[in-house]
Amino acid sequence: MSGLDPYVWSNLVTVALVVGGLALARFVRGQRLWREASVELWRRRRVAIVVVGVYLVIALLDSIAWKGGVPEGTVGVLPNAPLTVVDRLFLDTKEASYSAPLADVEFYGGRPLRRPGTHLLGTDILGRDVLYMSLKGARVALLIGGLTSLIAIPIALFFGVGAGYFGGRFDDFVFFLISTLASMPGILLLIALIMVMGRGTLSVCVALAVTGWVGFCRLSRAETLKLRELDYVVAARALGVSEPRIIWRHVLPNLAHLIVITFVLMFSGLVLSEAVLSWLGIGVDGSWGQMIDGARDELSREPIVWWNIGAAGTALFGLILAVNAVGDAVRDVLDPRTLRAGE
Amino acid sequence: MSALLEVRDLRTVFPGEGGPTPVVDGVSFDLDRGEVLALVGESGSGKSMTAFSILRLVPKPGRVVAGSVRLGGEDLLGLSVTAMRRVRGRRISMIFQEPMTCLNPVVRVGEQVVEAIRLHEDVSRADARDRTRALFAEVGIPDPEARLDAYPHQLSGGLKQRVMIAMALSTRPEMLIADEPTTALDVTVQAQILTLLRELQQSRGTAILLITHDLGIVNELADRVAVMYAGRLVEIAPRVPLLTEPLHPYTQGLLRSMPARGRPGEPLPEIPGVVPRASEWPRGCRFSTRCPVRFEPCAETYPAESHPAAGRRVFCHDVERRLPSEGAR
Repeated sequence: MSGLDPYVWSNLVTVALVVGGLALARFVRGQRLWREASVELWRRRRVAIVVVGVYLVIALLDSIAWKGGVPEGTVGVLPNAPLTVVDRLFLDTKEASYSAPLADVEFYGGRPLRRPGTHLLGTDILGRDVLYMSLKGARVALLIGGLTSLIAIPIALFFGVGAGYFGGRFDDFVFFLISTLASMPGILLLIALIMVMGRGTLSVCVALAVTGWVGFCRLSRAETLKLRELDYVVAARALGVSEPRIIWRHVLPNLAHLIVITFVLMFSGLVLSEAVLSWLGIGVDGSWGQMIDGARDELSREPIVWWNIGAAGTALFGLILAVNAVGDAVRDVLDPRTLRAGE
Repeated sequence: MSALLEVRDLRTVFPGEGGPTPVVDGVSFDLDRGEVLALVGESGSGKSMTAFSILRLVPKPGRVVAGSVRLGGEDLLGLSVTAMRRVRGRRISMIFQEPMTCLNPVVRVGEQVVEAIRLHEDVSRADARDRTRALFAEVGIPDPEARLDAYPHQLSGGLKQRVMIAMALSTRPEMLIADEPTTALDVTVQAQILTLLRELQQSRGTAILLITHDLGIVNELADRVAVMYAGRLVEIAPRVPLLTEPLHPYTQGLLRSMPARGRPGEPLPEIPGVVPRASEWPRGCRFSTRCPVRFEPCAETYPAESHPAAGRRVFCHDVERRLPSEGAR
């Protein structure tokens, strides 16, 4: 890992995500249940899915990076630093002054604008283009929501399914873990974990995952308890199927809809948690939470500075609303009791 | 030739408030190759638990505490977990009461049978699929090729039970445990499934342990019948003598209460009382609380086995009392 620059990893992740997405699409096409569910989902929440897609595309464009091509004398950029597609679209947008959206005069005593009228959403107190920062925030938000879910859900499944299926000592142990975690105030635990691991995207994700897996663990444990007693699991045992194989073939596939629903619903909650962490000063650099935090005091200026907090808030709101709308529909579509309700 | 399955003094207990409660208590019987033995009894008489004890699948916290189960001379209760898993499905298969819930709803039915075959035999997926198609045809599923790719919810109850039977027979087991295989089905479908089971049993020579509370099914299918009451075996006999001249008062009561035997317009004679709870079982014969012919020793000592005729065993003080005189005559 040490031999590669971070931007190479960023590119690899992009490729992996695109390939993974295509593979998932292939799988969904092949499985009638999932194909019908996704068609139904598209029918119900076209707008929300498109919005989420736009955020995804922005985040991916912000992940593809390569070196070079930066004109001499560009402000704030090392001559040969790797820049992402989004960076390149907004080269040379750092201003020496604080300005309102599309303003051609400077505010608050800065120097004259080099590119007056081009900052669609204005600049912040440090002279950075607000639109640029809002776009950069998409990648951070998706990273926090996605990576944390990818850490938390497997942990929850491991403990939840194990406890539900095998019971006994392992169940006791898992419940000890759950009640211990539940007895600590979540935000304090988050702060403590981030202090121990140091600030950074990965440690924030790990900290959010460690505090966030409990709910789904309970859910998957309860569901496994139910599945374990079902006739087809008993029948599988009577046919001589081994325990790990029963879990893999009979328990996990029947938890799949819960996993998908939890992933989508967890996602938006996590993005919001990061905003809270940013407010406490332990968030991830470049997130919308940090933009909001930085713009808090600006609201008291005269004339009022609304554009940077507005942009970050709108971006955050748009993503959360779209994801929640999709999540709601995912639950309706995948829950067999509500599937036919709309027809 | 010794029997295929020999069950001796099987005892399965569940922990209860007043100490362990035996749900299967000293049950012994044999099952010959190619034979159909019906295990008959009310709900809670321990017939299903007997089957689960044979497969060592008694749900926790219950466990088998005594006795032996020999399959072709090999004691199943002493086998390792892995060896036992190879017996299940491979040598003893089981079909269940509820075909609706016995198939995994998210896997195609053909795939489930293919997996069952490949679990026990080293065959390619394509070969297993060919065999599944043949099996589907054998168990009377119309258009087997199309049904291979169906999901369970797309099949009717009868078809699902046929799939279960195909799955259970896919590895040519020596013995099949059928736990109330037709209870959840329509009457017309019941008849079809029973016919199918009889045909398969005759063509393949599979021994069947048939668990049921329906004496009509017993009459259709069984060679011999074992009657259970409150965890104990009370009578075991070939089908015809058991159904025509039952010896144990409980068996007599069961047969009398069949609607087919009653006359129209007259109330059906029932067995008075209910099955006592395990904590209230008498020390002696379990049926003594409801028995019309009980006398002194019944409540105190459990009756010994008596052999009133060849192949018949019955546990009853009353039968015991009458036997010597019959023998002297």
